[in-house]
Amino acid sequence: MVKIHERKFVAADPEKCVGCQVCEYICSMTKEGVFNPLKSRIRVVRINQLINLAVTCRLCEDAPCVAACPRKALTQSEENGVILVDEDKCDGCGWCIEACDYGAIMLHPDTKKVFVCDLCQELGEPQCVKWCPEEALDLVTADTLAQKARITAVKKLFQEALKTTPVT
Amino acid sequence: MHGYAGRVLHVDLTTGKTHVEPLNVEYAKKYIGGIGLGMRLLLDYSKPGVDPFSPENPLILTTGPISGTVWPTGGNGHAFVSKSPQSFGVGESKSHGSFGTELKRAGYDAVIFTGKSEKPVYLWIDDDTVQLRDAKHLMGKSPSETEDMIREELGDYYIRVAAIGPAGEKLVRLACIINDKTRAAGRTGMGAVMGSKKLKAIAVRGTHDVTVAKPDEFLEFVKEFHERMKGPATQKYRTLGTPLNVLVHNKIACLPTRNYNNASFEAAEKVSGEYLNEHYVAKIIGCSSCAMRCEHMCVVPEGPYKGAMSRVEYEPLWAMAPYCGIDRLDAVIKGMELCNHYGIDAIGAGVIVAFAMDCYENGILTKEDLDGVEARFGNHEALIQLIEKMGKREGIGDLLAEGVKVAAEKIGKGAEKFAQHIKGVEVTGYDLRTLKTAALGFAVSFRGADHNRHGAYGFDVTWGKEGNPKRFIAEKGRGKMVKDREDLYTVIDSLIICKFSRGTYYNGFEDIAKLYRLVTGFEVTAEDMRRSGERINNVARLFNVREGLSRKDDTLPYKVMHHPVPDEGPSKGAYVSQEELDLLLDDYYEARGWTKDGIPTIEKLKELEMDDLIHIVENKLKKAGKPREE
Repeated sequence: MVKIHERKFVAADPEKCVGCQVCEYICSMTKEGVFNPLKSRIRVVRINQLINLAVTCRLCEDAPCVAACPRKALTQSEENGVILVDEDKCDGCGWCIEACDYGAIMLHPDTKKVFVCDLCQELGEPQCVKWCPEEALDLVTADTLAQKARITAVKKLFQEALKTTPVT
Repeated sequence: MHGYAGRVLHVDLTTGKTHVEPLNVEYAKKYIGGIGLGMRLLLDYSKPGVDPFSPENPLILTTGPISGTVWPTGGNGHAFVSKSPQSFGVGESKSHGSFGTELKRAGYDAVIFTGKSEKPVYLWIDDDTVQLRDAKHLMGKSPSETEDMIREELGDYYIRVAAIGPAGEKLVRLACIINDKTRAAGRTGMGAVMGSKKLKAIAVRGTHDVTVAKPDEFLEFVKEFHERMKGPATQKYRTLGTPLNVLVHNKIACLPTRNYNNASFEAAEKVSGEYLNEHYVAKIIGCSSCAMRCEHMCVVPEGPYKGAMSRVEYEPLWAMAPYCGIDRLDAVIKGMELCNHYGIDAIGAGVIVAFAMDCYENGILTKEDLDGVEARFGNHEALIQLIEKMGKREGIGDLLAEGVKVAAEKIGKGAEKFAQHIKGVEVTGYDLRTLKTAALGFAVSFRGADHNRHGAYGFDVTWGKEGNPKRFIAEKGRGKMVKDREDLYTVIDSLIICKFSRGTYYNGFEDIAKLYRLVTGFEVTAEDMRRSGERINNVARLFNVREGLSRKDDTLPYKVMHHPVPDEGPSKGAYVSQEELDLLLDDYYEARGWTKDGIPTIEKLKELEMDDLIHIVENKLKKAGKPREE
């Protein structure tokens, strides 16, 4: 099983995400050949206009969705941690949906089976990351997320310092 | 079908019955969608001469063929069309956000509302299931509150809502229809028409797929436009936003100030886009499918208006700041928040307040008339108080809610000279005395005073920045310039794409035709699209001709023609004379192939394959003593 430190998933930068839903459209077109956000594996949440964030599967270790499935329809890839759905076994009962803290696994409107982000493995890279016009989406590990946050925090501090300290 | 949903929903509010009819494909091909399709349907579903608030005046909601796709800026638009309670001619207004895309996925290219409900209702469109629901509990609520309450009530966070506020309920003539909390179909009073039907809101949840004819090539084209949108053509919208105009217009003195008493504002810096971005912009967000994002969400961090939040664009900022002589943006953001709350066109609201201020300073309205409001230019408290009163139709607000034209007529005492409107629709932020191509565009605009029907100010402002005096000159050739822009703008509003992205269509109609082909599969050329644009301008004109509008209505506000710019500087002394206006109108009508009265000729209508509408002009042409063509 791939180690949690190496597991890569798609994350949105809250500073950059503008809630445009381009990721949703591109996901549904890539996966299903149609424009329909309901068939997207990544979803945008906008709250009170100021808060915008795209959310998708975080590839949790010991994923609760897998544990919750009473029919053993879900497994987690040994190779990269992606959640795999056995559509023959899934009956759309929704236990996994309830178990997911992020709303990242969903019931498909047509197949009535659950579906979830698979990082567009067949295309080599997640298409939402490739298309995001704001470059808000990235394929990250928990470690790179922490790094990014750290660097952003220090940059901010430094900017504040520059503002208050006259440069002579 | 690709792009189009292929269906039109009919809602009879009198009987409460709804039914679905197939989209008339010939109309779609000739009038595209959006305002074009809406105005063509309006001619079919309305009788001449009805009052805009009569049950017989339909309200038409449309999407465009691009709505519901990932086309940048175009995937999300919708339009409202009806007879305007301000101009009594054609009214239309677009909005973006995520309502249009949802309506397309629910499977409709248009919704036609006829009749009038006895009780307040809202329409709930859940794909194929459509119902009118009681809206008693929503009355008096803002569009934003209405959206939240409907989502709560129906138990779905992703329901999209377009609603009127208290102003629409009370038939404030410039009431708008708001979706996604801050996005307004603002101009020409479509919200008042909706209010007259006792229709509080339209809620939509759409789950169907939207497909395009050539997905691979389409995506390639999208990718190309994503790149273009990172370039110079959209820089303004991505950075300072449209409020960048404040200092540009001030510098060349084309910034109408204090109800056209001046053309520049001494406090422009304090209400500039630069100042706004530094002090108030909290986040820039984007509409569904947009690769530009322009929506500058502003929050007031301190002071008496602390906590006020609104999207801010140049036009409403101009109307409430320079145009009212007000030099503080916190009050302007509060004013816009109130307009969003009540559901009023924020441009018109600012212009009306400035009108009241001018009347007050000239002794036409007294403090007593104004319920004690000290309506001096520059008084930010008066701005807030008067917007509140207008939204509630309370006291003087009841009169101001009629718009400057009707209000001035009711006030009398020469108030008409202070009412800056064209065809009853309040002016926008371009000083027409100093921008004569724009003056023509505004005069002939089929929906009344407006910059968005032609964008002709673009020529003048560019000349102004270069120090070229052409902007002060009325000459032959301007008619064709305005016409060409109008024909492009009607196509933009029919597809529907966002005007902020117009600069990315480097190849003009060629790009637009390619987009339309890839989405719909209809084989069209750039010339076909241009002709559609021309056809849509003619269909709008036909509606106005049918309703009795003519050359006399293609005019300019009193001050534009009688009050030369007094400010020292480049624009000093500028105004538009009757002679200049006549020259411009003659030139424009000639470019359009219309008569001297501004009526489309039978020849022109035949050329545009509009034979089915010739009956509208036949009698008018006979009356005008023109020989019948053929």
